[in-house]
Amino acid sequence: MENFFDVGQTIDLLRYVQPMLIAGAVLGLVAGLLGPLVVTRKMAFAVHGTSELAFTGGAAALLVGVGVGYGALAGSVIAALLLGLLSRRDADRDSVIGAILAFGLGLGVLFLALYKGRAANKFGLLTGQVVSVGSTDLWLLIGSSVAVLAVLAFIYRPLHFASVDAAVATARGVPVRTLSVVFAVLVGVATALSVQLVGALLVLSLMITPAAAATRVTASPLRATVLAVVFAEVSVLGGMVLSLAPGMPVSAFVTAVSFLIYLVCRLLGGKRERVQ
Amino acid sequence: MTLPSRTAEAAEPSTRAAVALRGARLSYGDRVLWDGLDLDVAPGEFVAVLGPNGSGKTSLIRVLLGLQPLSGGTVRVAGGNRRIGYIPQQRAIDSTLALRGRDLVGFGLDGHGWGVGWRNRRERRAKVDVALEAVGATRYADEPVGLLSGGEQQRLRVAQALVGDPEVLLCDEPLLSLDLHHQRVVSDLIDARRRAAGTAVLFVTHEINPILPLVDRVLYLVDGRFRIGPPAEVMTSRTLTELYRTNVEVVRVRDQIHVVGAQHVCEDEPHHVADEG
Repeated sequence: MENFFDVGQTIDLLRYVQPMLIAGAVLGLVAGLLGPLVVTRKMAFAVHGTSELAFTGGAAALLVGVGVGYGALAGSVIAALLLGLLSRRDADRDSVIGAILAFGLGLGVLFLALYKGRAANKFGLLTGQVVSVGSTDLWLLIGSSVAVLAVLAFIYRPLHFASVDAAVATARGVPVRTLSVVFAVLVGVATALSVQLVGALLVLSLMITPAAAATRVTASPLRATVLAVVFAEVSVLGGMVLSLAPGMPVSAFVTAVSFLIYLVCRLLGGKRERVQ
Repeated sequence: MTLPSRTAEAAEPSTRAAVALRGARLSYGDRVLWDGLDLDVAPGEFVAVLGPNGSGKTSLIRVLLGLQPLSGGTVRVAGGNRRIGYIPQQRAIDSTLALRGRDLVGFGLDGHGWGVGWRNRRERRAKVDVALEAVGATRYADEPVGLLSGGEQQRLRVAQALVGDPEVLLCDEPLLSLDLHHQRVVSDLIDARRRAAGTAVLFVTHEINPILPLVDRVLYLVDGRFRIGPPAEVMTSRTLTELYRTNVEVVRVRDQIHVVGAQHVCEDEPHHVADEG
């Protein structure tokens, strides 16, 4: 326990985890940029549902012996499309997510039971893993992230409009329904990427917590987005570095850092609201 | 009551009307909201839409926005959706929403455009500032929208609808939760807009008095029946008695019109949109 946060050891280990840090930094950027829109659209539960389905996809991939990353990606994109198409009304969304999520998780459990490989892989899908990120994984991650950000940049303005004020956006000719499916897929891809790092159960700490914290302290959409990116980066990179010396799961530290940021922002935000 | 203008319009549809409805019918199952509705709104004309709850006032706006297909007849709106300014019925805004007043107004300018919108930022900001100033919202333009009062939010909605330089302005109870002073500010703004830019205005309201001097024509809807005409023609005891099929007395006190008679005649509670579906 005395070397829980051993600085020398941490620096030593940093060299080995460099690809992982790059992966984390990319994820932090994507999650931070998507987060404020996810929060505005009240999609926290949808993100959770999507990540559980990414777990199912990952488990299926383990079983058939394909890369977990591809499986997770397939699972969450299918989930995103299902959610986008089935929940045509906001009021339906929660129940649709609940139904799909439960079934998907059940399937995932089945796949894991059938899988005869390393047990650590199974657990890792749910809670994150400190495995070295291979170069193929890294390129898949960077490629997908660039694609997500490119699409996001193109649809950002009408999507933001539709997220805040669907009725007026529709009135002005914004394709609200199409945008919400496209955004669900973007979130699905980002979720699948995050699953490999922090695990299906903890994706919320990347996609939701930093953005929720940011929207507590500013009402400017631009500032909220910048802050969400900063918070996500601090959480991911900080969490990773802190986890090195104790050799504990990354996810525990990532969630702890992001939650701490959230608490601080809530305190500051509470003060702001009372001033009004 | 005869409606000469109605038949004339039906025979010769005006090509320059900002809004044109021909034989328009809207029904949900067996329930007919209105049928045989012919209405031309000329550029610069101010039409008030009145009637009790459930008479299809908001549905008419939804039809014009293209959100609700007609059950019969045709509808045409000049310029398409991009040239419509829409002031929706008031609804609550989440207090933690990361959005300022100026952002809400900005959506009315170019929220529909693709991309992030960083080009022309300065010009955009200037236009938004002018729109904010016009509704007296400059003071709270940078506050979170969700923390503003209903009336303050409503003024932002008006600025949002006007900043987009609309050819047609569709207003659904825009004076709701405004105090008398701001009712005046908002209706004068809409009036000035239509006079200066020839914007056609369709104004759904449950209370005609605040806008009575501005109204060119009234569309009064009751249980599938309707009358279109100048307020002096429609807002009479005889017409409203016919429409409501019960004895209704219209009393003019100074410059105001008061409708006395059946319950829920005119000055009922504004209804609420059930759900955007």
